[in-house]
Amino acid sequence: MPPSRLLKHKGRPRHAPDAQWRRGIGDVALGNSLSADIAPIANALILGLSIASIWLIAALGLAIIYGAIGVINMAHGEFIMLGAYTSYALQSFFGLPFLLCIPAAFIVVAFIGLLLERGLIRYLYKRPLDTLLATWGVSLVLTQLVRLTFGSDPKYIAVPEMFQSNVQLGFVNLSVLRIFVFALTIVLVAATAFLFYRTRFGMQVRAVMQNKEMAASFGINADRVYMLTFALGAGLAGVAGSLLGVLAIVLPTMGTAYVVQAFLVVVVGGGTILGSVVASGLTGEFQSVLAYVTNETFARFLLYLLIVVLLRFRPAGLFAPAKARR
Amino acid sequence: MDWSRRKILKTTPLAAAAIAAPHLWLPMSSDAWGATLKKGEPIKVGLLFSLTGALAVPEEDSTLVMQYAIDEINRNGGVAGHEIQPIIVDAKSDFNVYAEKAKELILRNKVIAIFGCYTSASRKSILPAVMSQNSLLYYPTCYEGAECTQNTICTGPLANQHSKDLIPYMVQNFGKKVFFVGSNYVWPKESNKNAKVWLNAAGGELVGEEYIPLGSSEFGPILNKIRDAKPNFIFSTVVGASDISLHKQFKQEGFKVDSMPIASLTTGEIETRAMGNEFGAGHFLSAPYFQGIDNPTNHKFVESFLKSKYGKNGVTHYNMEETYISAYVFKQGLEAAAQKAGGIDGVTSRMIRDASGGVKIEDNISPEGLIWIDDQNFNTWLKPKIGQCQADGSFKIVKQAESQVAPDPYSIYPDAGVCTSVGLKAPDGKLRVNVI
Repeated sequence: MPPSRLLKHKGRPRHAPDAQWRRGIGDVALGNSLSADIAPIANALILGLSIASIWLIAALGLAIIYGAIGVINMAHGEFIMLGAYTSYALQSFFGLPFLLCIPAAFIVVAFIGLLLERGLIRYLYKRPLDTLLATWGVSLVLTQLVRLTFGSDPKYIAVPEMFQSNVQLGFVNLSVLRIFVFALTIVLVAATAFLFYRTRFGMQVRAVMQNKEMAASFGINADRVYMLTFALGAGLAGVAGSLLGVLAIVLPTMGTAYVVQAFLVVVVGGGTILGSVVASGLTGEFQSVLAYVTNETFARFLLYLLIVVLLRFRPAGLFAPAKARR
Repeated sequence: MDWSRRKILKTTPLAAAAIAAPHLWLPMSSDAWGATLKKGEPIKVGLLFSLTGALAVPEEDSTLVMQYAIDEINRNGGVAGHEIQPIIVDAKSDFNVYAEKAKELILRNKVIAIFGCYTSASRKSILPAVMSQNSLLYYPTCYEGAECTQNTICTGPLANQHSKDLIPYMVQNFGKKVFFVGSNYVWPKESNKNAKVWLNAAGGELVGEEYIPLGSSEFGPILNKIRDAKPNFIFSTVVGASDISLHKQFKQEGFKVDSMPIASLTTGEIETRAMGNEFGAGHFLSAPYFQGIDNPTNHKFVESFLKSKYGKNGVTHYNMEETYISAYVFKQGLEAAAQKAGGIDGVTSRMIRDASGGVKIEDNISPEGLIWIDDQNFNTWLKPKIGQCQADGSFKIVKQAESQVAPDPYSIYPDAGVCTSVGLKAPDGKLRVNVI
């Protein structure tokens, strides 16, 4: 089917044939009819990449903690929330510019994750079901703590003027903030992959993942590996928080919206970094294109339905690593 | 006693019937369970709002402003010489908790009235308890209508009042083509049905209608559709956190407020502060109240509320003001009921409700100006105003209804009938009570 047929739904033409689609390419005589056919779907596909990067950045920390340690961290959404509040607090009380708030959120939330791991999680490694409950309890405590400290009204993070605008490349329209989130996601994923597959620490993590006792007998301090991995995962959630706080809203309860998305990505991906990248790419594109062709609500319905069907046939996710589970 | 098999078989059905249907032998009329006021005792009212969870943002403010209003009334001598005593409950943003706590407030705490809820879903979950006990609910915010109960009083705008001026104003000033965006639940959908009526009357054209799941913050696909449809303005009934995302992404994706503003029923001072003034500036809101309304009553209300211990969030907005005046609607309704009954002794919730028809809150008390309660459907006659958000986050009123607009809960369902003080009167003359 030619792309133009795909776009016509509900019997209503989406645009007049001579519609001047995008100010950029619309003026070019030849580009006119071509862009009119491709533009909407191309825009939807590009938007899908952006949505995918948002899902991925929200899920990255969870994927690391779940993939490497096997802890199902129900407090992941609250780490995201803490990242947003860290950015808010540093900006409004110390005047830190937004771009510096992002690494600061990483450090602060990683430190909170470290404390949590040392104080609670490390006692529960042998009881995965209990970590589920314990981290859920932690999430409630963190939400209330933030509410008591900052109040329950939404907070505001100011961003540079640049992030409030958009760029127009031909018929493609993109907000600068979305491009920034996309780029930062790529950087973070690349850095994480580098850390796990190209460094000594990464090798230790993978060794512990495969067999904790065996790794320990070769002199790897598994306890330390777990601690640092958990802190890393928390820190990545913090970075996600400072971005999501700008994209959406800063609230004590904001984490709950992202934790479901993050779990979906991690479960569909199978807990590996590559799996999470592919899973978020697929979910992002599906959501964007389905929402364009139908509507938001039906797109969600179809997306979740597809995920259920997928998990029926691949219960371990798309890229389940062959490894000894604890 | 000899418990023969035969005797047990004989008595069991009786006992079962007694347990299953206690109204046959217990004095279970609603008067016996619901509250009545007694002379010399404080007047207990329930404040049923969410202090935690997703609904806490607007509802915490409602609780605070109610406490402020009650303090103010008590300081000035109470109601007929009696003090109001608020019982504050946290509904935890959970509809089951709303229903449970409403029952508890009525049956255990014996409150004479409940002030509560911000969403239609929570209102519908507590109404059965309120109606079965013949208690009284003050619903202090906007809603869609299509309800006719004998136990509620609403002080916010109905769907038929809310967009009546906004749509023609936008069509006149920006153009005919409009795109509707709403959260996916009952209030936005019903509000949009009303808006379409006004749109047709104003000669406008609907070029698209989209709903976003509650709580969603991804407006990319919808904004792409809006870009394609090229409306002259957007009419928004998006609520809560999503609303903030909509305004942020609107600007981030390169839409210009001058050529395609958002006309909203929800985006007030508190939302603007949360999204940042630069994202709110230029857009429009229809509401009966804005913090910036220029009259002495409002200046006094804003100043003394923000100075009080309840003003910690630093803002007053339409939802708070509607809640504030509901306390005075209660006060005057109770005074009228007490006068009719010859004293506060023995006054019931229903007597207050019946006496509240036509209650007027004059402009020396009501910050939004004179309002009164309709004596048939017990919603509020008020003046919707259109405000445009300024660069500093305040709203400038650009248009105001010339006179108070009548509330009509069934404006788009004329076949359902007319809501009267005793129930919904169908066109065929049948009367139904407590229609929800």
